[in-house]
Amino acid sequence: MSARKGQKRVLLQGNEAIVEGALAAGCRFFAGYPITPASEIAELLSMRLPLAGGTFIQMEDEIASIGAVIGASLAGVKSMTATSGPGFSLMQENLGFACMAEVPCVIVNVMRGGPSTGLPTNPSQGDVMQARWGTHGDHPVIVLSVSTVQDCFEITILAFNLSEKYRVPVIILSDAVVAHTREVFTFPHAREIQIVDRALPSMPPEWYIPYEDSPSGVPPMAPFGEGYRYHVTGLVHDVRGFPTQRPEEIKALINRLFRKITQGFHEIQKVQRFMLDDADVSVIAYGSVSRAARQAVKEARREGVRAGLLQLITLFPFPRSSVESVLKQCRGVVVPEMNVGQISREVKRVNRWECKVEKYNRVDGRLITPKQIRQLIFKLGT
Amino acid sequence: MSQGVTKLIHKYLRHDKKFPHVWCPGCGNGIVLGALIRAIDRIGLEKDEIVLASGIGCSGRMPVYVDFNTLHTTHGRALTFATGIKLAKPSLTVIAIMGDGDATAIGGNHFIHAARRNLNLTAIIINNQIYGMTGGQSSPTTPYGSYATTAPYGLIEHAFSIAELAVTAGAPFVARGTVYHVETLEDLVKKAILKRGFAVVEVISNCHVQYGRRNNMGDPVTMMKWMRDHAIRVEKASSMSIDDMEGKFTIGVLADVEKPIYTEEYQKIREGAIKGRPTGGPGHG
Ligand SMILES: Cc1ncc(C[n+]2csc(CCOP(=O)(O)OP(=O)(O)O)c2C)c(N)n1
Ligand code: SF4
Repeated sequence: MSARKGQKRVLLQGNEAIVEGALAAGCRFFAGYPITPASEIAELLSMRLPLAGGTFIQMEDEIASIGAVIGASLAGVKSMTATSGPGFSLMQENLGFACMAEVPCVIVNVMRGGPSTGLPTNPSQGDVMQARWGTHGDHPVIVLSVSTVQDCFEITILAFNLSEKYRVPVIILSDAVVAHTREVFTFPHAREIQIVDRALPSMPPEWYIPYEDSPSGVPPMAPFGEGYRYHVTGLVHDVRGFPTQRPEEIKALINRLFRKITQGFHEIQKVQRFMLDDADVSVIAYGSVSRAARQAVKEARREGVRAGLLQLITLFPFPRSSVESVLKQCRGVVVPEMNVGQISREVKRVNRWECKVEKYNRVDGRLITPKQIRQLIFKLGT
Repeated sequence: MSQGVTKLIHKYLRHDKKFPHVWCPGCGNGIVLGALIRAIDRIGLEKDEIVLASGIGCSGRMPVYVDFNTLHTTHGRALTFATGIKLAKPSLTVIAIMGDGDATAIGGNHFIHAARRNLNLTAIIINNQIYGMTGGQSSPTTPYGSYATTAPYGLIEHAFSIAELAVTAGAPFVARGTVYHVETLEDLVKKAILKRGFAVVEVISNCHVQYGRRNNMGDPVTMMKWMRDHAIRVEKASSMSIDDMEGKFTIGVLADVEKPIYTEEYQKIREGAIKGRPTGGPGHG
């Protein structure tokens, strides 16, 4: 984005841009527990939220953090937490609660190497599948990835918007490199920022059925304390929110939870296409790896290979149709990742064409370089 | 059933919820619910102003029956959700209802930190000394030597005293009651709700089905008699010797002190921050 008159340009790190994005999106509540490389998000919000009339609280652990976030959201306030691998693991049970009770919230996971305490200060992309499947049971969830400081701002706003619109937790996957790299960032004009707020009930309390189905599948959400007294539970519930064990009611709930997301694929599944129109060999990448991939594609083009990049912004729901069109068109696709191969499996799963899909992985805490990706492009292109 | 009780049932229980409830006949949970409703009625709170949040367990099923803003969270986490609600909307009266396992095993960390943090919340812990819902496993308050499905040879761990734990953790209001001393219980719950600050009421209750049956107290009446015979009012206990108190427990108000409330302190921080003072909070005026 090029700066126009009156626009503010500053140097920011990814974690700071997430804070700016959250505040711009209307986030007014943060609960968290310190962890590298995510702590700056909490620190900065502890300073900024009171100025915005919001609330920051440092909780006793990550389980408590996400509990408080869900509570604040139930009371009508846009809420967020931020953590890294070990804390993200602790959040899984309540993340499922937010899916089940349909409570909007945003969870930032600045990934570090794992498993366990792992590599606190090194980048990784090891939590991709955990973000999708970490909490138990079949559940819908939205997972977005960030690769630049500008992304951190914009994708955080998108995360809040999707979370509010679909009443689901949205997970942002960042990594230590994006989090701590300083880049020039241009604040968009306030009027250029589109903000989505959850739908409130338009009917009087007597008519409000908190989990009633509708064409969108997303029921309006009454904040606690405004006359709509209803029940919220993590148990499977009927349309009134009360626990049920009736097969037809169970099925209706679970199906609706998925349908509301499926119906929104067109606006949830975000990708960035780079030099793909005539590409013959492509890279499919996300997060900080896509930066190296972009560079590699440019270099390969200079040397005569028709290379392209499909950068995944949305990791889940998996942007299948965008990936399929690349697989259909190219003879080879490289999927570089800082893990042992998580998204590459998804890519292979949807590949029904002759396209050769090669994964490339690094798990040594170091970044994948443009050179490494370029070599793979050449290998598949010849 | 007296007319007063019927009136309260109509006023506070949910009409659209399918009864009967899930509790065993004679379970103490119903007595706690009754005390809670009467306390709320006596205070004169509006139903819209109240949030009742629970964890998981037999006790956790209480919110579903009452016509408030109700929330059934995850096991042990009621206070964390309650914290978020209270911070987001301090005008709400937020009450958390928990079991002994819920509040002091899986949720023990949240419990002591909530006591230390001092939001204006009410925490009611139904201490039936056992894991009721999951079928009688030992809990952190199961007495030494008792039998449980996971302590078939007798329990070799030592029990928490929940109220004393809350006092030590810094809760400004702590009380203990029982489901036998019903009027006292109602009074303690009322005081706790009215208390400005984190207020804890531990309620000794009967799970004759999962605890009593395995420990020679297989019916509610026997368990209530045990409560009657072992509860000593705090006022009286202060003049009793340690030997006389052996095996007994106190009921009444154990602590009632004033402490700055988190949400009010935070409001000062907001105002100070907006005025440009780096820290406007505690001790700085
Ligand atoms: C994370 C988790 N672990 C275990 C359980 C199973 N569980 C449900 S209720 C309960 C214990 C209930 O005991 P208590 O909290 O004392 O409440 P009571 O049923 O006696 O009222 C357990 C272990 C659960 N629901 N969630
Ligand atoms: S199992 Fe125990 S605590 Fe649960 S309802 Fe029955 S008597 Fe009450």
